[in-house]
Amino acid sequence: MRRTFVLEIVMIVVAVAFLFPVYTLISLALKDPGQIARSPLAPPNPPTFDNFASAWSAAALGPSLVNSTVITAASLVALIALGSFAAYFLARVQTRLGYGLYVLFLLGIVLPFQLGMIPLYELVNDLGLIGTHAGMILFYTGIQLPFTVFLYTGFIRALPREYASAAQIDGASHLTAFTRVVFPLLRPITGTVLILNAVFIWNDFFTPLVYLGGSGYETVPVSVFAYVGQYVSQHGLVFAGLVLGALPIVLVFLALQRYVIKGFASGLKG
Amino acid sequence: MTPVTAGRARPAHVRRRRRFSAAAPSWLFAAPALAVYALIVLYPAVAGVIYAFTDWSGIGRDMSFVGLANFRTLLGDEQAMGSIGNTLLLTVAIVVVQNGVGLLLALGVHVKLKSRALLRVVFFAPVVVSPVMVAFLWKYIYNPDPTAGLNGLLGLEVDWLGDPSIALWSIAGMVVWQNAGYSMVIFLAGLEGVPRELHEAAMIDGAGTWQRFRYVTWPLLAPALTINLMLSTIGGLKLFDQVFAATNGGPGYATETLSTVLYKQAFVFGKFGYSTAVALVLALFVAAVSLIQVYYLRSREVTA
Repeated sequence: MRRTFVLEIVMIVVAVAFLFPVYTLISLALKDPGQIARSPLAPPNPPTFDNFASAWSAAALGPSLVNSTVITAASLVALIALGSFAAYFLARVQTRLGYGLYVLFLLGIVLPFQLGMIPLYELVNDLGLIGTHAGMILFYTGIQLPFTVFLYTGFIRALPREYASAAQIDGASHLTAFTRVVFPLLRPITGTVLILNAVFIWNDFFTPLVYLGGSGYETVPVSVFAYVGQYVSQHGLVFAGLVLGALPIVLVFLALQRYVIKGFASGLKG
Repeated sequence: MTPVTAGRARPAHVRRRRRFSAAAPSWLFAAPALAVYALIVLYPAVAGVIYAFTDWSGIGRDMSFVGLANFRTLLGDEQAMGSIGNTLLLTVAIVVVQNGVGLLLALGVHVKLKSRALLRVVFFAPVVVSPVMVAFLWKYIYNPDPTAGLNGLLGLEVDWLGDPSIALWSIAGMVVWQNAGYSMVIFLAGLEGVPRELHEAAMIDGAGTWQRFRYVTWPLLAPALTINLMLSTIGGLKLFDQVFAATNGGPGYATETLSTVLYKQAFVFGKFGYSTAVALVLALFVAAVSLIQVYYLRSREVTA
């Protein structure tokens, strides 16, 4: 159809314009300072990979990749376990107390984290967890629980109760019925929970800046922030650092993009 | 406590039936989550509200209640008052443009184009990148050099982030670039829920493209619109990373937001009590706007 064809051309033009910052990012990372000064917009000619090697070591990306991975993975496990269990109760209970508890959890989506930022800093400090992985994992689990509980509760409410009941008639306890029967049925929403929380935790900057700064346990965004501040005028180096810092999460996204976009949509719709 | 324990004393057959019809799991399922949530979110928020009425400096436990003094200081604080205006302007700009662009993108890639799978990936990709890194990239895109970045591309000579009269809008532009794909995906989910039959029926009745959008698609997009407006509003009001990395509130106070002000008051000036008062104002804004949106938008939602 002619109209579809015109629309396709328009959308491709929009996409190309949309990608201009990405082109800038990659082309500058591949240029030496002379090329950047002479022709900032032209494609790299010839491309150089020196910036990447320098950025990798100067930004100390190796250790921060490990920190980010440990913190993100452990927080996700805790969020999925605690969130799905709590949501199972909240979705099934029909008392006022249960509803009140659900509203209490939802409140956490609206509350700006900054309100509790300073008391929380003291608390984490008193627990001896400032500048540790455990402190960050505890923090992300708490702060992302409201959204996680919200997504799981909506999904479980729409799920027929008969599955769990059937298992219980066969003698299973609530716990067994949940872990063996209900939890596997939650796979689509677990995917969404995983992705949304992973993107948030991996990319979060404010909290690790405040709670991890100078501890030697910095996450990727904090390391990149410090690195960019140091090499601020050397754009080739800065952009190579940005490419390397963003690469892990972008690769994960590209590998899972089909599920990401679908899960994102269905999870937020519910 | 719960029906399950109450049932223990009953005869076996009664107990079993009761268990299955009531079927509510014990509240202990929610206990671990509640404990972590109370410790990390609820307790600090309540403590924060209390700190907002003190003169705490952040060092030691020395503090005294000062009543509404922090809020009076806020009213006379040019930087903080300006940041409230900036935060509201920025939020309105982001909410309107991000959702407008997101809706257009969603409508565009909803049609069965050959490249639509790729287009969705392209438009969504910036969402997964750290906002602080996006801000550094855009700091260069917005640089005043007429041969580089956006100026070089468009043949302009604008100091996007250095000119106080446009810096705020430049920040909004970069946030929209990063998050338009987020809105797009939620609108796409909404579009998928619009039954094809309704469109066909409207076409038979002679409705054009615009009329079908206005009277069929748009009303059914209301739930997606509610979620999008809420998320972008809350995100806009809390905006920190992008401003902190791109301008740090400058030039002057032109891009200062509530979040950058409360950060500076706490960690640069050591005024923790005052900083928390600013945070409380932010919390009240977020709560008020969310409540209004939920009540107003939910009331106009329809189902297919």
